[in-house]
Amino acid sequence: MATLIVNGQERRYDGDPDMPLLWYLRDEAGLTGTKFGCGQALCGACTVHVDGVATFACVTPLSAVEGAKVTTIEGLSPDGGHPVQAAWRNLNVSQCGYCQAGQIMQAAALLAGTPDPTDEQIDSAMTGNLCRCGTYPRIRAAIKQAARGGRRAEGGQP
Amino acid sequence: MRGQVEIANVSRRGFLAGAGAGAFVLAVGLPRRGLAQEEPPKGFGRDAMPNGWRDDPTLFVSIAPDGAVTLTCTRAEMGQGVRTSIAMVLADELEADWAHVRVAQANGDEEKYGNQDTDGSRSLRHFFMPMRRAGAAARTMLEQAAAKSWGVPAGEVRARNHLLVHQPSGRTMGFGQAAGAAAALPVPDRETVRLKQPGEFRYIGSDAIGLVDNQDITTGKAIYGIDVRLEGMLYAVIARPPVFGGKVASHDAAAAMKVPGVVKVVVIDPPPIPSEFEPLGGVAVIARNTWAAMQGREALKATWDDGPNASYDSDAYRAQLEEAARKPGKLVREQGTVEKAFPGAAKRVEAEYYIPHLAQAPLEPPAAAARITNGKCEAWACTQAPQVTRLRLAKRLGLKPEDVTVHVTLLGGGFGRKSKPDYVLEAGILSQAMGGAPVKVTWTRDDDLHHGYYHTVSVERLEAGLDAKGKPVAWLHRTAAPTIGSIFAPDPKHELPFELGMGLTNLVLDVPNIRMENPEAPAHVRIGWYRSVSNIPHAFATQSFIAELAHAVGRDPKDYLLEVIGPARLVDPTELGDVWNYGEDPKLYPIDAGRLRKVVEVAAEGIGWGRQVPKGHGLGIAAHYSFVSYVAVAAEVAVGPDGSLSIPRVDIAVDCGPQVNPDRVRSQMEGAVVMGAGQAVSAAISFKQGRAQQDNFDTYLIPRIDSAPRDIRVHLVAPPRPDLPLGGVGEPGLPPVTPAIVNAVFAATGKRIRQLPIAGQLAT
Repeated sequence: MATLIVNGQERRYDGDPDMPLLWYLRDEAGLTGTKFGCGQALCGACTVHVDGVATFACVTPLSAVEGAKVTTIEGLSPDGGHPVQAAWRNLNVSQCGYCQAGQIMQAAALLAGTPDPTDEQIDSAMTGNLCRCGTYPRIRAAIKQAARGGRRAEGGQP
Repeated sequence: MRGQVEIANVSRRGFLAGAGAGAFVLAVGLPRRGLAQEEPPKGFGRDAMPNGWRDDPTLFVSIAPDGAVTLTCTRAEMGQGVRTSIAMVLADELEADWAHVRVAQANGDEEKYGNQDTDGSRSLRHFFMPMRRAGAAARTMLEQAAAKSWGVPAGEVRARNHLLVHQPSGRTMGFGQAAGAAAALPVPDRETVRLKQPGEFRYIGSDAIGLVDNQDITTGKAIYGIDVRLEGMLYAVIARPPVFGGKVASHDAAAAMKVPGVVKVVVIDPPPIPSEFEPLGGVAVIARNTWAAMQGREALKATWDDGPNASYDSDAYRAQLEEAARKPGKLVREQGTVEKAFPGAAKRVEAEYYIPHLAQAPLEPPAAAARITNGKCEAWACTQAPQVTRLRLAKRLGLKPEDVTVHVTLLGGGFGRKSKPDYVLEAGILSQAMGGAPVKVTWTRDDDLHHGYYHTVSVERLEAGLDAKGKPVAWLHRTAAPTIGSIFAPDPKHELPFELGMGLTNLVLDVPNIRMENPEAPAHVRIGWYRSVSNIPHAFATQSFIAELAHAVGRDPKDYLLEVIGPARLVDPTELGDVWNYGEDPKLYPIDAGRLRKVVEVAAEGIGWGRQVPKGHGLGIAAHYSFVSYVAVAAEVAVGPDGSLSIPRVDIAVDCGPQVNPDRVRSQMEGAVVMGAGQAVSAAISFKQGRAQQDNFDTYLIPRIDSAPRDIRVHLVAPPRPDLPLGGVGEPGLPPVTPAIVNAVFAATGKRIRQLPIAGQLAT
């Protein structure tokens, strides 16, 4: 029996403790915002926060998050108003959007610890998150926008 | 209820709920009236596509009594922004207030909606005018309804930002108020419906509209094919034959069945060859969740009969292509007589280029769900081709097409992979095997890389004869590459006209003697569309070769490129030997050498062509016409003493005709630069013993944020005339990126890369 707290809600699961958190979230908890892209910690589409730390859910067995607080993209903010989410919308970062939940979770964790990251810090934090559409220039710009002005009121969609 | 799939903005539930509540008054399914519904004539462009186009406003525009406008997008969203851009066109002509617009996604039904095959960079090119007319017709109906209710001449009422205004009196009526009466009016004649003047556009051409799916994407609510959840749904993964053309020799399901959660093991028959869009067959493991299915597949014991492609080895095949390219092949284009011109040339230059297989590798791997209830199949899929999917599903399942519904989710990338519905058929087959129970099939990344429809592999051999001034007087190009036609016909050996027309038979060259040949190249894997398709090898070879010629005669590569393109002029592609022209009317879409020259100049100016660059840096340039758009790329690379390569700056200039959504044109160009950089630097699929050698993103290497080109500048070049027809956007950015980077590497290092990717070739 695994017990974990997902987006503030305590959940219990008595299935396979080796099941990666990713598949628990998607198939058992119905939280499909966390994406599958590689299954081997190579693409970052599954990035969630475990006790505040950006973590690849696809290689994190449930047994490793016993009692932990897991935050997914659905729980990052009540209404999508986190500065990173707002900056992503302001700059229309997304193309297909599939990787962006993972990108946003990774960026939010970066800014939580490094409020004003340099390009090198952005590279270092975000290099595990692939985007096949090639939105990297806008991801970088959005992180900087979120760092700079994000704590002001959300700019919102034009 | 759990069984109701929640697909953001996807139509079915919305329409049903809305219709049930009486909300949609301009509803789908009204009797067809007026000229707008007649079957358009066959011809070029949108007229020539299967099922053509529609501009009936009742198909695309719904207005609720509260004024909420629902616009239906019939094309698949895979990152190009079509759900936003199509809605911008409709809403603009409708005079809708964007704040009251939502977008619904159409199911696959081409008889109803016109062509839905989302590929070929065609959505706006083909549907801009039909969508304008649909929006304008709906606006006209609203104006007429308001006029009727006020008892005034219709010409006195104008729609303005969601209001109908009686101009003489200033009286107003909301869209919602007029919608019911408007729906009862006949659809206006498409020939006379008043379209806006371009100066009146509110959204078309504007950057002010954010993506319609922004909120859902940034909050994790957006639903892709892999996210579909149905009540009682089972989850499947499939062990497929590791070699194309192979089949299951034996399997033992016992160990798989012991994995907790595994429900059933099902054998899927191999397809006949050519396999078209049929699944590859194999052994499916069906379970209560994806993880259990994956564990079951691990435990499965299966042996394979590898079939006729068991020895396919991409290194050996390369040698075979080289041999083919060194001998004469099928003539596909000829001007003048190269045989006579070569002997008199002052200088001869030849080069051979190799471009490997690639995988589209959309970040969302193929995935689909299906269920069959009372003989009717419903599928949910991230598909670029919902109508094709519907027809193929019906055939494979033995159902009538009208008994198959294909719901189109968002696509987590497509790039051509999701034009092929094999994975949706797998879901249908497995649902049928489970008595109609809902089954979702998920491909893992190694499934995606091992069982793809790969981009072709090619050897391109070029030879030029130059006169005393260094100008080419003879040009021989041989392209040897397996054709996409091989998935549809038994063992074809030559490229099809549409492949040759991607930068070969339609290449604009100011050279008097040209010969192009296509030697034989049999296929040993499934070959499929990959963003920009055969333009990739053709542009890489041609644009590399032009730079090689410039170097051979000591000329500036940009000046030389312009000289080889030749003077500004309009060229009829059919006169070059291209009968295809991206399906477009050559009169409407001649090739404009002036537009190609212009983008070269803009990209060069953007990057500061000719400037002094730091040691180890170099500038390169390339240009390519594809999908009836013009793109040039100027790249700056930096090569370290250890051979490490970075791309600090890329300028990309595009003339795609009039732009509906300039921000999405920019984003497509940005993405093309990143994808093209991956093709230049690191991406390749290779085969040994018929098996793809790349398993995941640790071996199939695509750019990451720290290796992607750092500073990408997009230059949107206005077309020479605002009334020109639209060009493509999704694909044409890609072909010139790779040769521009490779040309820059040459400028930086003196090393000419003729084999992609660059990886490993710069190490000292």
